[in-house]
Amino acid sequence: MKTVSRWFQRNLIRIYAVVAFTYLFIPVAYTFAFSFNDSAKSNLVWKGFTFANWQNPCGAPEICSALGNSIKIGFLATLFSTILGTMIAFALGRHKFKGRSTTNLLIFLPMATPEIVLGASLLSLFLVFKINPGFWPTVIAHVLFCISFVVVTVKARIASLDPRLEQAAMDLYANERETFRRVTLPLVAPGIAAAALLAFSLSFDDFIITNFNSGTMTTFPKFVYTSAARGIPAQANVIGSSMFFLALAIVVIGQFVGRKRKVS
Amino acid sequence: MKKISTPYLLLIPGMGFLFTFFLLPLFNLAQTSTQTPVGGGDTGQYEQTFHFKNYIDAFVENREQFGRSFIYATIATVLALAIAYPLAYAIAFKGGKLKNFMLVLVVAPFFTSFLLRTIAWKQILGEEGFVVPTLRNLHIISQSTTLTSSAFAVVAGMTYNFLPFMTLPLYASIDRIDPRTLEASGDLYANGFTTFRKVTLPLSMPGVVAGTLLTFIPAAGDYVNAAILGSPQTKMLGNVIESRYFKIVDYPTAAALSFTLMAAILVLVTIYVRKAGTEELV
Amino acid sequence: MSEKAISARGDLKLSNITKTYGDFTAVDDLTLVIPKGSFFALLGPSGCGKTTTLRMIAGLEEPTQGKISLGDTDITDTKPYQRPINTVFQNYALFPHLTIFENIAFGLRRRGIQDIDTAVNKALDLVELPHLAQRKPTQLSGGQQQRIALARAIVNRPALLLLDEPLGALDLKLRRQMQIELKWIQKEVGLTFVHVTHDQEEAMTMADTIAVMNEGRIEQMGSPADLYDDPETAFVANFLGQSNLIKGTVTGNDGANQIVDLFGQKIALQKDRSHAVDNSIYAGIRPEKFRISRLETATSGNVLTGGKVEDVSYIGVSTQYQVLMPWGQELMVFEQNDDGVAPFNVGESVNISWEPIFTFGLRGDEDAEAGTEVNPDEDLDDE
Repeated sequence: MKTVSRWFQRNLIRIYAVVAFTYLFIPVAYTFAFSFNDSAKSNLVWKGFTFANWQNPCGAPEICSALGNSIKIGFLATLFSTILGTMIAFALGRHKFKGRSTTNLLIFLPMATPEIVLGASLLSLFLVFKINPGFWPTVIAHVLFCISFVVVTVKARIASLDPRLEQAAMDLYANERETFRRVTLPLVAPGIAAAALLAFSLSFDDFIITNFNSGTMTTFPKFVYTSAARGIPAQANVIGSSMFFLALAIVVIGQFVGRKRKVS
Repeated sequence: MKKISTPYLLLIPGMGFLFTFFLLPLFNLAQTSTQTPVGGGDTGQYEQTFHFKNYIDAFVENREQFGRSFIYATIATVLALAIAYPLAYAIAFKGGKLKNFMLVLVVAPFFTSFLLRTIAWKQILGEEGFVVPTLRNLHIISQSTTLTSSAFAVVAGMTYNFLPFMTLPLYASIDRIDPRTLEASGDLYANGFTTFRKVTLPLSMPGVVAGTLLTFIPAAGDYVNAAILGSPQTKMLGNVIESRYFKIVDYPTAAALSFTLMAAILVLVTIYVRKAGTEELV
Repeated sequence: MSEKAISARGDLKLSNITKTYGDFTAVDDLTLVIPKGSFFALLGPSGCGKTTTLRMIAGLEEPTQGKISLGDTDITDTKPYQRPINTVFQNYALFPHLTIFENIAFGLRRRGIQDIDTAVNKALDLVELPHLAQRKPTQLSGGQQQRIALARAIVNRPALLLLDEPLGALDLKLRRQMQIELKWIQKEVGLTFVHVTHDQEEAMTMADTIAVMNEGRIEQMGSPADLYDDPETAFVANFLGQSNLIKGTVTGNDGANQIVDLFGQKIALQKDRSHAVDNSIYAGIRPEKFRISRLETATSGNVLTGGKVEDVSYIGVSTQYQVLMPWGQELMVFEQNDDGVAPFNVGESVNISWEPIFTFGLRGDEDAEAGTEVNPDEDLDDE
């Protein structure tokens, strides 16, 4: 009895971690399980097991065009926010200039602004300039809230870089541009990749800002939200689960490749 | 010459973007917030009259939702901190070889749309799920008690949804703590709790600050959890702003509410960051 | 100009170099010639300006004032990559994303050199690590990384190789081994080495010429033996080994010697070893030059009487004594354990004697403690 309680005490924090992860994954597991539900339209109650939804993920009307929009927007928002954010991060992390603190503030503010305010203000700007909400306004909105996260992520990576590495490159006959290309950029690249992944996941999953700026265009989260009232088709669960496994696979493979490259 | 201009060249595109699509819209929103309806005009037509009373009207009319937003967000933030801290600690100090994998697991739920997960909670905890009947049969809750459509459900949903935002910064700063400092504390006669209070917690403070901000700010402006998991009695400010925009087309009130929300958050954040003593956030 | 700089060869000349950071002067009007082919050490405590000097030679810092030239070429305003100068960085600064081979090939590739393979392999052979070519830097031990950093610099055959505390991160045994190896490699490749260190033993083991730096200036420059036997300032006397400095007055001359009165006892000091400017003087004697003797034993040369043994430490090769003199000063005496004399006991009365030739004289207005304080963070850089 004593050994049991001691084991329990020693492993309390591990047991806690398992419980916490279970909590995090209950809805994911639920979503996955109900992707096999043999339900006609509303996926509320378990009706029986079927592969039909996985065989026909685009079976629900509009769902795949919504998904396509989300992927397109996510890709473009990631591209622009990563480029713009990385440039700002380099300016902040590698240069001294006047207006640094103002820049820092302007980076911090969008993160301190609730999405609903970002979305609402952007929409009113588009309305003033008679720009109809839709695809590009949504891309702009997504770039807006991703950019700060990119700056913070990339800047942290730049800050952790030993300046002596760049000095060593200059010492070994690499001029400024070569130093950047051969040393700085490859070493910051993992940070940029992490920032891009973060930007994509933020954009792909966003609902609030999208809802304000997308007009009649549907994205995947918007599709889920609007169909929630009348019941979400099981295909949404299929897509949600696929995205989950796809992302997991990308990260695991990325880690595996990274480790292999380190070893060889 | 070149040395001076490089940082500005790097900054101009991004800063230009933020100016055009962040500052300009805020400015525009500020303008909208003091407008009044055009006499005899259509719905949604407003003119600038510098009617600052909009703010007072908007606040008085919606003070309940206002209060709720901040109370719910505060509770959700505290709960998320309580749940995430031991988790981040476990990953940082007991993760071993699984550290990176566990970090991936923290973020992984993101990829199943948060709306799908929130709806999953609604169904798990709803009348047709298995939790409520079980609890009723065990007489833990009364026959009439429901878990969804309640303040409890809204707060729980927010806690769940923002948990990764809390865990990641916490992990980042706990992971940076040298475990030898904890051993040193033990060596210097501090028990486990004192070590935590005097060494671990102060050293992880930057993570606590970043995590609470990343949770509190979106939680205070959230309306999705309240819309899915709540009832008309649990409406938050976000719900009001959303419906003013899309259903009532009352832009000035929506704008005034947005501004008040943002200002309140900024004030709270500033006080909090000052108190917590970490200015190096960005 | 840059094309000219890259092929410059010859002696390195620093002329009136000053470097200030705000109010702080890191290097103060420094003039120095480092002859081609020499192994030159810049020695000093942390914060003395030695690393700043090295970084200005490398082109990583711009001097506030002054001129740096290599042979006949002025390189003051050239970029680091335009100088035929390479550095072995403190903590090595190996590129973590490149293999060892690519690390060493880096400089060659940037200059568009042909037949990189041969050059890199030769460099790897020189540092005796040819089997590590395809590894990444993180997979190497500290000693191996150190050698690769050296190979990465040497492979470029620079006119000047700068070493910034290159052995600081290694343990003592490895450090001794690398000191000998570095010296051998310098002879082998025949390059000019400029070595920055705070470790006086390291500087003395390796360098032909040492410049002792303090507070942004050069205190004294010379061969290790010159600096040790004839220090010109209290700082050098104390920083390079240990010294007993006894306050005295010059009272007269006797041929090639000055007669110095030390608290009533007269001793002799060679005139050319005296750096005093007036009658006020410090007589300096290294602890191992002292002989300690019982009162009944005959003594010769300079003698100081009335000592009392305060402390005895037996350390194998020698025994170290602290001897309290009548004027209250404790003198350090290192005795070789080779004369068969019974060791002295604490409290015993003794005389101290030495050959006059081993005395050096310093200005009487100097701080006798200069250079003695042990800096707790001497491994920190003076950037």
